[in-house]
Amino acid sequence: MIRSITRRKPDEELDRLLEHQNRVFIFGCGTCTTLTNTGGAEQVQAMQEYLASKGKLVTGSTVLPVACDNLTHEGLRAFSGQINQASALVIMSCAFGVQNIASQLQKMVIPALDTLFIGKETGVGQFNEVCTQCGTCVLGETGGICPVTACHKGLINGPCGGTNNGKCEIDKNKDCAWTLIYNRLAEIGQLDLMKRFQPPRNHQGEPSPGKILLEG
Amino acid sequence: MASKFKQALDQGKFVVTSEVAPPKGVNLEKMAHHIELLKDKVDAMNVTDHQSSVMRFPSLGAALMVKEMGGEPILQMTCRDRNRLALQADLLFAHQRGINNVLCLTGDSVVLGDHKTAKGVFDLDSSQLVAAVRKLEKGKDMAGNDLDGAVSFCAGAIVTPEANPIQPQLIKFEKKIEAGAEFIQTQAVYDLENFKNFMEYARQFPVKVLAGIILLTSAPMARFMNKNVAGVTVPQEFIDEMASAPKGGAIQKGIQIAGRQIKQIVDENICDGVHIMAIGKEELVPDIMAAGGLL
Repeated sequence: MIRSITRRKPDEELDRLLEHQNRVFIFGCGTCTTLTNTGGAEQVQAMQEYLASKGKLVTGSTVLPVACDNLTHEGLRAFSGQINQASALVIMSCAFGVQNIASQLQKMVIPALDTLFIGKETGVGQFNEVCTQCGTCVLGETGGICPVTACHKGLINGPCGGTNNGKCEIDKNKDCAWTLIYNRLAEIGQLDLMKRFQPPRNHQGEPSPGKILLEG
Repeated sequence: MASKFKQALDQGKFVVTSEVAPPKGVNLEKMAHHIELLKDKVDAMNVTDHQSSVMRFPSLGAALMVKEMGGEPILQMTCRDRNRLALQADLLFAHQRGINNVLCLTGDSVVLGDHKTAKGVFDLDSSQLVAAVRKLEKGKDMAGNDLDGAVSFCAGAIVTPEANPIQPQLIKFEKKIEAGAEFIQTQAVYDLENFKNFMEYARQFPVKVLAGIILLTSAPMARFMNKNVAGVTVPQEFIDEMASAPKGGAIQKGIQIAGRQIKQIVDENICDGVHIMAIGKEELVPDIMAAGGLL
């Protein structure tokens, strides 16, 4: 299952965002940010303590089951008293949850997390981005490994000169996407696919902002 | 008319190129000095483009200066900082101002440089940029629109003969040639036996190859490159030789090693020329050429 992967904002940024907000309500999310230990019950509790130490009054907190879901309004209603007492909402969900909550309450929202990517848990505590939703899928020519996502530069004609020992120039622990693709294509006897010159990508393949109306 | 550099390549003479590094700032004195010193000695000078993703005086401006001073510039263009509109526009401008050689590069990652939070563009890659040059030469832009006046370039690209693994790099190399690269300047090569093997393979393609020579300036610098520069391997014997240099004599030792390599390349007719990179010490290029029997 793919998840929204988040990271807590640095204290300094949170402090700046909360500078003029003295009464806050905290939201966590029982789905993605619980999985990533960035917005589950434990982290909400820790945030409560952190904000209290900064002299904020925490009017209450809750961990919504799925912050981005339509049913979130029921959770909001259940805590309406405590929410109303707060001047700002500190939200420990991904940006989808933040926007969902913001659209339903006339309150200032403060995201406590940065949303990094849509990814998958590939090992214990390890999350990887698998798709950047570019709108022009090339997986059929790359052995099912996405260079738009897995190559730091999103190159589609093979590796750059910065790769070394099968790793990426930006991180010696990160695999070079094109070495992986080469190996995969070699394994399945399809190296000719890599030899085919790919014209420049359509960077407008992904609608910006993304919006679509299904026909029929 | 073919560029002077292109003519040199076509004549089959042993071609020598070196680098000009634009400064960080507007004081062009040192660069002008290097251009003056080298313009009549080398066949062409590569002008680097925000080398290592460090913001500098633009390669286009510095290439113009080479031209104005009577030298032969090779404009290096990376795909890191410009999308296809900007790259094409700069190619139009370069041609119009008499810059007729271009080296197409993907470009280092932004995060390796000094503006680490900038956006890396990479709208195109190096092979696509070569193809774009060829399209502009046909009087069309990349979108297929007619140009009022076409360009003409001697276009090249790079390869890393010591990359590990080499096979994916060779596929990219072939794509660059298929896209229309006429010359290839290589990443530094030190192991000439390995390079000979690469050349045996490369000779089957209609492309001129200039071997990359990076001046070793000290044993620690050589070790640093081994650790940090992708696709560069300085053999232990060279590191030992650098370490054996008397105090203050490391640079001379580096010049000797580079000269020896150049001599071997010429004597054994290994490839079509050399690209001498004396990173930050361009004033030593004539000494390296002399040590290699080229002056």
